[in-house]
Amino acid sequence: MPNDLLRLSGLTKAYPGVVANDDVSFDIREGEIHALLGENGAGKSTLVKMIYGLVTPDKGTMALHGAPYAPSEPSDARKAGVAMVFQHFSLFNALDVAENVALGMENPPPRRDLARRIRDVSETYGLPLDPARIVGTLSAGERQRVEIIRCLLQNPRLLIMDEPTSVLTPQEVEILFETLRKLKSEGTAILYISHKLEEIRTLCDHATVLRLGKKVATCTPSETTARAMAEMMIGASFAAPAPKTKTPGDVLLRVDSLTMPAPAAFGTPLRDISFELRAGEVLGVGGVAGNGQDELLQSLSGERPPPRGTIWVKGVDVSRDGPVARRAAGFLSAPEERLGHAAAPDMSLTENAVLTAGLREGLVRNGLINWRHADAFAQGVIDRFDVRTPGTHVAARALSGGNLQKFVIGREVAQNPDILVVNQPTWGVDAAAAAAIRQALLDLATEGTAILVISQDLDELMQIADRFGALNEGRLSELKPVGQLTMEEIGLMMGGAHDMEVAHVAD
Amino acid sequence: MDLSNINPILLIASIMISATPILLAALGEMVVEKSGVLNLGVEGMMISGAVIGFIVAINTGAPLLGFATAAVAGAVLSLSFGILTQVLLSNQVATGLGLTLLGLGLSSLLGKPYEGMKAETLPKLDIPVLGDLPVVGRMLFSHDIMVYLSLALVVAVWAFLKYTRAGLILRAVGESHDSAHALGYKVVRVRLLAIMFGGACAGLGGAYLSLVRVPQWTEGMTAGAGWIALAIVVFASWRAGRVLIGAYLFGGITVLQLNLQAAGLTWGVQYLSMSPYLITILVLVFISSNRSRSNHDAPATLGRTFHATR
Repeated sequence: MPNDLLRLSGLTKAYPGVVANDDVSFDIREGEIHALLGENGAGKSTLVKMIYGLVTPDKGTMALHGAPYAPSEPSDARKAGVAMVFQHFSLFNALDVAENVALGMENPPPRRDLARRIRDVSETYGLPLDPARIVGTLSAGERQRVEIIRCLLQNPRLLIMDEPTSVLTPQEVEILFETLRKLKSEGTAILYISHKLEEIRTLCDHATVLRLGKKVATCTPSETTARAMAEMMIGASFAAPAPKTKTPGDVLLRVDSLTMPAPAAFGTPLRDISFELRAGEVLGVGGVAGNGQDELLQSLSGERPPPRGTIWVKGVDVSRDGPVARRAAGFLSAPEERLGHAAAPDMSLTENAVLTAGLREGLVRNGLINWRHADAFAQGVIDRFDVRTPGTHVAARALSGGNLQKFVIGREVAQNPDILVVNQPTWGVDAAAAAAIRQALLDLATEGTAILVISQDLDELMQIADRFGALNEGRLSELKPVGQLTMEEIGLMMGGAHDMEVAHVAD
Repeated sequence: MDLSNINPILLIASIMISATPILLAALGEMVVEKSGVLNLGVEGMMISGAVIGFIVAINTGAPLLGFATAAVAGAVLSLSFGILTQVLLSNQVATGLGLTLLGLGLSSLLGKPYEGMKAETLPKLDIPVLGDLPVVGRMLFSHDIMVYLSLALVVAVWAFLKYTRAGLILRAVGESHDSAHALGYKVVRVRLLAIMFGGACAGLGGAYLSLVRVPQWTEGMTAGAGWIALAIVVFASWRAGRVLIGAYLFGGITVLQLNLQAAGLTWGVQYLSMSPYLITILVLVFISSNRSRSNHDAPATLGRTFHATR
């Protein structure tokens, strides 16, 4: 029977207006992979921040190896052998790999030794990495390796991983799992946070489920179904999107050899992208983050107009048109990053509605805004998409992520577009809201809208798309019908393991 | 016009004197900006350093003490900016402009009784062997200690940022304060220290104007030197070596145009007077536009307010 490594008893942390963690207790044993499950807002992040010393608990105690453990800052945690790989990477783009690693260590060795040790560890664990590369030029998978290696160099007893696979291709996920299993066999415990249930079933020994800050269940993932775990997380069952039955109509959107230079130093150029999108069709575009998704959306929305002759809507060249003209032509888009890109954070929901729907919905006449109509339109979106908010006067930033996302997608859907482009429609949204958004997109397609969904969530794309393609370094792969795809094929389309040929886990 | 009046040895020597105040101020501001803070109060800190250094030097007769007090005064003044922007989260641009206005007003108030006086200046160093070399000795090796201190500071700042852990942390804070905070670094503390260093450097630069270059106190004597220092930092792409080039270029053209005027060039005096500003900016724009893009990117969080949330 392995010993307990870390014991949490009665951890409680409250913020003004919300109890993030309420009396959470569980144990992590040596050499086990322990899953922490829960929806967004269930309190997973706060819990691991307490373990890592970024947040001090209001109540409750922790014990590491039986001794009291109360880190007051992350360096205490690192000294005690607790390391963390962050969800939104804690990396510095303009610095190189070795500098990034040094910043995460307590007593980094001189630069030359550090570079050698980075190479050693990266070979041992099958995570190839060049210490001199600038982090801003690395792929998402490589960045994660920087984080992992930074942790491994300190020989941690407990490694916390916050949603590590959300940015990886299936092949990269396999490599990561090999690394984690090797670490486990060496006696390192891993606290693995995720809401990808199948992953947890294949990888983890135990799971603790949080809901609204409370521990609601524990289970052995390999003996439980993904559906049962999902219901533990949500506390209720939820509807899967209805299956699609339709035949595509006319070509509404044609993209013809779209090529554009990178917008900024760390951006991605678009290379020779061509596809056709038909009425009633949902095209899913996957790919690892940073392979041209944002750039593709910008050129389709009109934020960065591409060269003439590349984008055709219903046979008309709209390439040089700006967003307003494209909207007028029925070509709508909803970018990712709801705060700051899709919505103006400090403006009310009504004002945000006017910003994109003003023209199509007749909310603006002769340069004057008809606030009554605007309010009614915003209220309509709120009612139809079940946006939980006190009213239309509320500032966008006051809404939770899922609710705001429902609003910004709903705002476009409600305008009955001919073509709709969405980027990451359910990113950071809880399962119930995500299901609602997907259903809204499917309903829209049934009514004859051509929809392009850019997403990093493969499950989502498989669920709603008719055809699938992947972006890899700004190139779009061949488009294939979703029904005939295997995970293997998808991985290869996403660029798979081509940059990992050297990767192998040493025995 | 008689160009033979211009002595190249004296010209180079006076270029070094003329460039030193801007070099000091720009170097300090570069460190501040590397930590992600935009302090537009350089002009105000410089002129405060100038007046306080001058007052202390006159009353004690010790110019070095004047410099030390000017550095402390600059640091204290910048600390007020630091507390306002880093602790109370005020807007950096507005606060920096306020600091400049405060410095200009405060200095003219404090300096009123001292107008027209003459303080003791710094002695020229008597460097053995090097100072006795023909031509080069007069040109490069017979200056006061602050000139050499400013050059040493260029090397020190460069080495600090490139080779030391503290320098790495400072750059990391300027690159992504959220990441630095997540790793447990004290973002606000690092920035306050950088701001104070910048203030001290600006104070030294100002004192060099009133104690060596001019050397007396006149109201508004910095005449935009602080703004030039700010511009130099940007066009030098936040690199110590290029800050040196920029400052010496500006100092050089300033001195050259003065010499040309003294030599009897009567044509377009206004154009000559504006030439240092124009040429410095043009040259540095040319340098920074000619490199690959990632090389001269500003610190990613420059001017952004940091507030540690959950």
